Amino acid sequence: MKRSRFPALLTLGVVAFLFAPLIVLVVNSFNASRFGGEWDGFTWGWYEKLWEAEEVWESLAVTLKIALSASLASMLLGTLAAYALHCFRSWLQGLHSMLVTLPLVMPDILMGMSLLALFVITGVETGLLTIWIAHVTFCMSFVTMVVLGRLQDFDFTLLDAARDLGATRMQAVRKVMLPLLLPGVLAGGLLAFTLSVDDYVITFFVSGPGTTTLPLRVASMMRTSRSLPMINALSTILITATFLIATLSFRLQRRA
Amino acid sequence: MNGARRRSKEWVITLPSLAWLGVFFVIPAALVVMTAFRPADLHGGVMSGWTWENIETLRDPAWLPIVWRTLWLSSVTTFACVVLALPMVFQMARSGPRMRQFLLLLVVIPFLSNFLIRIFAWKSLLHPEGMLTKLLVHLHLAPENALLLNNSGAVLLVMIYTQLPFAILPLYAASEKFDFQLLDAARDLGAGPWRSFTKVFAPGVRRGILSAVVMVFVCSLGQYVIPQFVGGASDEMLGNKIQQRVFADRNLPHASALAAVLMAVVLLPMLVVTAWQRFGRREDAA
Repeated sequence: MKRSRFPALLTLGVVAFLFAPLIVLVVNSFNASRFGGEWDGFTWGWYEKLWEAEEVWESLAVTLKIALSASLASMLLGTLAAYALHCFRSWLQGLHSMLVTLPLVMPDILMGMSLLALFVITGVETGLLTIWIAHVTFCMSFVTMVVLGRLQDFDFTLLDAARDLGATRMQAVRKVMLPLLLPGVLAGGLLAFTLSVDDYVITFFVSGPGTTTLPLRVASMMRTSRSLPMINALSTILITATFLIATLSFRLQRRA
Repeated sequence: MNGARRRSKEWVITLPSLAWLGVFFVIPAALVVMTAFRPADLHGGVMSGWTWENIETLRDPAWLPIVWRTLWLSSVTTFACVVLALPMVFQMARSGPRMRQFLLLLVVIPFLSNFLIRIFAWKSLLHPEGMLTKLLVHLHLAPENALLLNNSGAVLLVMIYTQLPFAILPLYAASEKFDFQLLDAARDLGAGPWRSFTKVFAPGVRRGILSAVVMVFVCSLGQYVIPQFVGGASDEMLGNKIQQRVFADRNLPHASALAAVLMAVVLLPMLVVTAWQRFGRREDAA
């Protein structure tokens, strides 16, 4: 069978396009040259500078605090939402499903802007709490989608089987359903965690004094040319972390 | 379980997420529309009372170029992303399961990598001292003092780069449901690769194309960070204006008026798509 080579070549091109800038970034984090236009020799210098930049690590702590708590809360809310959407068919779920999908397509700037309007009008001071609320709101829908996909594969007759074998309703849920759904919930949580760590636009709108998350810090570093090579080093660390989390999440979703 | 108990159980399970989205998604969106009709005070606050003033200022013809630029940058980005994503998804769907997973992982990693870092990567590549500029000058493809940064070309390039996974992922989901034996059938009936791709594969994944178009177009419409970092002063989009009204001018009502316009522009294609899908489903059933 004669197949056109075009799709394969294009795929190769797209993958190169997606990765070339990231690879250049990683290589330049070890480059002694400030702008990375040419190779000036290998150095650990930018990592050492990054290590000494305390404000970066403070931002990382803020980011992790928000990402952990926001992904836990969105895991809980998202799993409940997915369960409701899967088990019931009614006008209520029609409305519910619409509300869950809309944040997925709402541009970030509108979400940030409208949450800011809410906080300004109700007089809530922006800070850790407002960032956390915003992150739970946009992460929840993603968790719901991932868990919903998992629920569609779940064989509900297993619960009946457990009941027939003498398990109570609670035992059936705890010993049969939860272990089978857990990988999906965890994958959703990991997605929420990465989205929360990544978010710049929404956080920018609802952050207050003293709550500079890592992306906000990177944005302010991008404005001062002195710290540009440090961003290369920081990016390399973050890309490595993303790679590990994405691989882990893939494993979790595949182990059915 | 009887009906009443089932209904109360449904409410108990639905209420947490429903209430959360009601308070932190629906009410804020309604507040933005409301604030668009409120007068601003000088300290960045919102006064009571109602006014048409914020809406009136939008009728200034000076807004037209910005709206136009927002629309064309988003349209070109959407078109380029779908055109690049379709053959790639076609290739992914025909690969073996291991290769498919691997390609999917390759798409997801840049997608999950920090958005600002991806912009920064391009900013340093396109920088006058950066690698791409030096390479192009070295190959005599660009003049000595070439400026690749701070123009609408750079904005477009980085927009396509960041939005491409948003096109690939929904298309991939649609292609998983596509019956690839149809392509063999098309070939047996004498169709060449191009014809079977455009006449059989592309229509077969049209739902995916539709969601890819909506995802990329809607996300692009609200973009402001990319023009801010890699664009020039004349590449600002609607989002930049909203951001400036909030943070530089501290005029929330005016920013809300702009955001309300953007919200309307975003909701319009989604309503069209929902209507089209309802209609399309009926057509499929018939």
